[in-house]
Amino acid sequence: MKPAPFAYFAPRSLDEALALLQEHGYEAKLLAGGQSLIPAMNFRLAQPAALIDINRIDALSFLEPASDGGLRIGAMTRQRTVERSALVAERAPLLHATMPFIAHMQIRNRGTLGGNLAHADPASELPAVMVALGARFRLQSQRGARWVNAADFYVGLFATTLEADEMLVEIAVPPLPPRTGWSIQEIARRRGDYAIVGVAATATLNADGRCHAARLVYLSVGEGPIQAHDAVAALHGQAPTAAVIAAAMRGASQRIEPLGDIHATPAYRRQLIEVLGRRALTEAFARVQPT
Amino acid sequence: MATRYFGQPIKRNEDPRLLTGQATFTDDVHLPEMLHVAFYRSPYAHARIRAVHTEAARAMPGVVAVYTADDLGAYWQPGPLLVPPPPVKEIIFNPRMQVPLARDKVRFVGEPVAVVVAENRYLAEDAAEQIHLDVEVLPAVVDLEQALTPAAALVHDDLDQNLNAHVIQRKGDYTRARQQADIIIQRKLRYDRGTAAALENRGIVAHWEARNQQMTIWDTTQAPIPIRNGLAGMLGLSEKQVRVIAPFIGGGFGPKIMMFYQEEVLLPWISMRLNRPVKWIEDRQENFYATTQERGQVHWAEMALTRDGKILGVKDVFLHDAGAYAPYGLTVALNSQCTLLGQYDVAHYYSEFTSVFTTKPIVTPYRGAGRQHGVFVMERLLDIAAKELDIDRVEMRRRNLIPPDKFPYSNEIIYQDFAPLTYDSGNYLPALARAVEMIDYERFLREEQPRLRAAGKHVGLGIVTYVEGTGIGPYEGAKVTVEASGRVSVATGIGTQGQGHFTSFAQIVADQLGVTPEQVRLVTGDTAEFYWGAGTFASRGAVVAGNAIHAAALAVRRKILKKASDELEVDEEDLELVDGAVRVKGSPQTAIKLGDLAVRANPMRGAVKPGTEPGLEATDYFGPERGATASGVHAMIVEVDPETMMIEILRYVVVHDCGAVINPMILEGQIHGGVAQGIGNAFYEQLVFDEHGQLLNASFMDYLLPTADTVPRIETDHVETRSPLNPLGIKGAGEAGAIPVGPLFAQAIEDALHDANLEILEIPLSPSRLYELVAEAK
Amino acid sequence: MTELYPVQLTVNGMAYARTIEPRLLLSDFLRHELGLTGTHVGCEHGSCGACTVLMDGQAVRSCILFAVQADGHEITTVEGLAANSARLHPLQEAFRAAHGLQCGYCTPGFLMTLIPFLEENPTPSEAEIRDALSGNICRCTGYQNIVDAVLKVEIGD
Repeated sequence: MKPAPFAYFAPRSLDEALALLQEHGYEAKLLAGGQSLIPAMNFRLAQPAALIDINRIDALSFLEPASDGGLRIGAMTRQRTVERSALVAERAPLLHATMPFIAHMQIRNRGTLGGNLAHADPASELPAVMVALGARFRLQSQRGARWVNAADFYVGLFATTLEADEMLVEIAVPPLPPRTGWSIQEIARRRGDYAIVGVAATATLNADGRCHAARLVYLSVGEGPIQAHDAVAALHGQAPTAAVIAAAMRGASQRIEPLGDIHATPAYRRQLIEVLGRRALTEAFARVQPT
Repeated sequence: MATRYFGQPIKRNEDPRLLTGQATFTDDVHLPEMLHVAFYRSPYAHARIRAVHTEAARAMPGVVAVYTADDLGAYWQPGPLLVPPPPVKEIIFNPRMQVPLARDKVRFVGEPVAVVVAENRYLAEDAAEQIHLDVEVLPAVVDLEQALTPAAALVHDDLDQNLNAHVIQRKGDYTRARQQADIIIQRKLRYDRGTAAALENRGIVAHWEARNQQMTIWDTTQAPIPIRNGLAGMLGLSEKQVRVIAPFIGGGFGPKIMMFYQEEVLLPWISMRLNRPVKWIEDRQENFYATTQERGQVHWAEMALTRDGKILGVKDVFLHDAGAYAPYGLTVALNSQCTLLGQYDVAHYYSEFTSVFTTKPIVTPYRGAGRQHGVFVMERLLDIAAKELDIDRVEMRRRNLIPPDKFPYSNEIIYQDFAPLTYDSGNYLPALARAVEMIDYERFLREEQPRLRAAGKHVGLGIVTYVEGTGIGPYEGAKVTVEASGRVSVATGIGTQGQGHFTSFAQIVADQLGVTPEQVRLVTGDTAEFYWGAGTFASRGAVVAGNAIHAAALAVRRKILKKASDELEVDEEDLELVDGAVRVKGSPQTAIKLGDLAVRANPMRGAVKPGTEPGLEATDYFGPERGATASGVHAMIVEVDPETMMIEILRYVVVHDCGAVINPMILEGQIHGGVAQGIGNAFYEQLVFDEHGQLLNASFMDYLLPTADTVPRIETDHVETRSPLNPLGIKGAGEAGAIPVGPLFAQAIEDALHDANLEILEIPLSPSRLYELVAEAK
Repeated sequence: MTELYPVQLTVNGMAYARTIEPRLLLSDFLRHELGLTGTHVGCEHGSCGACTVLMDGQAVRSCILFAVQADGHEITTVEGLAANSARLHPLQEAFRAAHGLQCGYCTPGFLMTLIPFLEENPTPSEAEIRDALSGNICRCTGYQNIVDAVLKVEIGD
């Protein structure tokens, strides 16, 4: 289990890194935390011709308050930094609560927020959470920069809208709207394992206690973050009682088509979609602070 | 005997080295000019080889050699049969052993086909990737029940079916017992494959020194002496020219005693061929294919009982998955057969098994070694019978336990040591009573469980019993020497993989020689230090090597007393061994230090008297007439979330009887670790093969070993029934923790999901599988 | 053969300079280039935790880091914990006293995971300990005695 040879570049600046990316394109892989990439290379499942190690670009590592009340996070910010940040706990409690679910402390010490998001693993928590939070990603290349909504970024299995010369450089997390609660739920066999099913939820009540808006985003049930639009639609304008939530989830879980694998049959996954969706929505609504 | 250290929780002698990273494991051996080996392994479960193309690999940078079966010439031989068939009437036995490199056919994914030798492992893997296998793919043989049908492909072309062995053993007359029964319980039960997954993978360093004509091999083996003997024969060397060192080993659990692994045969040959040291370290991916596995069986079992719950007889017919080759004989299946009756007094037993070849990795013993299956079948049948007869499950067991006055208790059938299965000693009721008390059985069922159920919680209790045959022969030996420094050295032939031998054996010696365990230095697993022995397996290290060391220490003690008696001119009976000296009882100022005595026993001038040997040293051996039977009870309380089928173990209790205990701290550790592996086996670990014989979860991401958050705190207690079969009165303990966990989970989960009408007849389980079973039961 | 890279780093307080292939894993570099074989390799895919070392004081898995990535950084391995085997670090003492190791193969990884954990949280609860250790696999002990070692350890300054 030794990786195949590759050419190694360790740029010190973003410009230098983007130039290398421009030059090598899909032949190269960006080395961020490497906590998914290097295992794949050790199995020789991934054999990139070149690695562009972006760990020495200090400008990509920052975590600061945004003027809209949200957060701006550099792509190379370590997951452990996000986990320990009081600012994240205050401004994006869902993101903060999600961090301990991601693998283990040793992995989070190395793994980066941007690396995880760009890897687009359908079993990963962070893409689903970013979709639930309505986050936006800044993608940059030598051609320029663009902002993409998290929901539009994921286009398939390990697939994103990143072009060959583009790099995810920054994540903008908006503040939660008023009267909004959140939840992260997952079933994993052991602490830190990839979830069999997981779900991130945000839920907003209007002034008279009815559902104004909600997002329910699953991981490990499809090719990327999967939104349960039907469940959310069924909740709209309703008081989120246990019966309403349960009914919304029963319908919604039938419309997601999870695959089976060695850890779970499709039927078991569908059961978890329903149960975890119910639990997540219940917790999210319960968390709404009256204003 | 002045017992001081025996029975004490002495801190381990080996720990400082292990804790500071100063203990030598096989991959820590580094030799000048060393080359590194990688294997090209079959990607197919079953295929006929047309050609192995190695040209591209040979041309890769840093490659020194590439070998295939054709390059081995006369050295290419199937491995030896390790354990011959048992002396059972009308046995059918078709031994087929693994080969160093596949020649005509590959029979499992991961079977070695070619070997690359290069300047480093990275380059060796680069080259191995360039090897191409040209094959005709044949149908895989995966499912046990399909393997014997006429439609199944033949794993070994010279056999007319995939039959490795067929064995029938009988005690009493089951047919008659069945006729007298009030009730017959019949079920089909399955137990699937797992892997030992020692944290250290296997590894071998072979160093042929042409100048000295000497071969040194570092090997992660549990049995260095048989490895030396076998390799010397294969290589055409004298046993004295081959030194096998089993250094510190990162867990064994059975598979590291398989002989001879293909890599074990090849590395020394390569070293001789190239006249350079060579190293191969198995990586984790290889370990999932190349290291032996265990546990695939399907049982059709029935139990005949009276209406008051007395077992009249048991019949069990089962299939055992041998994998592609069966070098270890029938040990695993025999253990299943011989452990099934457990702690119960059963007069009539019919057991028939068929061992079948499949195109999956080789099966050899892994901690428990077939005992799990027998215990699973018996305990499940008892649970089902208890339900049918409306008898409390503990009462059901109580009514059938072998009473203490029936020991030694003969089960008549032949055990893995080929002696008739006779339990040497046991006292089962007190252990069961203690477990019932510890888990608070009555109160839980009467008060706690109804209260929890009323609150909507699904909490269940399990309680099961088991026996474990341990400490089998043939023998082990030891040499004990008092050195001039007063320190004591002990050499024995078994290997050690974390069992604490450096300490528990030191305790045995320390008591006899009046020194502290820290003053006793143990060497184990180096054939240059001790010539004779078998190995560490079948929970036999403490029993067999421990008693050999005890015997050798006693012999040295006798020498010490005799020499000191001469030197001090005092009768031997008036001497005692205390604080590293021999002294006169009641007159401690008249004493001689052991080191001084050792020097006087090995003088530079004068004469060692005729009829005596120089020094204070003795070698002795111990061979038990048969194995000692340990026993125990496990109980647990588990909560199941009926929506997700996730579980939480709320309590776990073990009451264990392994005779006299050398070091209770080490014993507890063995139990904890065994239970953890049992929990893995019951609820987390399963090797999943698809219909093509491809393993679908060959990584620690998908093969789920228990972690600190999934293994509960384990509460233990002990009952001590000494074994009459050895002077120390001990029984083995290594495998006990792992044996009964499957049926314990089944019973406790059924109890927790009491409203689901569930009957669990398979192990391993998982949340997804439980969800399926509950859906089927509806 | 790919291009070689020069690296300079500090391991257990000692400065090292080597020229290496970029694909060389940090675990292999420590073990086979520097001879620090106390760091063990159990899976080489970042799942078992045996190879855990400290990089600038943080626990990381050395089997899924390239040695070139440690250029300019400070690494601590198990060999850096105790002055010698006669004078153990308090955590090592606690492991010995509680019988928190059997074969000892996973032990260096457990120790190196716990060192920064205990610096941050000197009096953890059992649940916190089990959570912190969930990324380290031990196949021998069943974890209980490891947890007990951590519950009992007192690390002075």
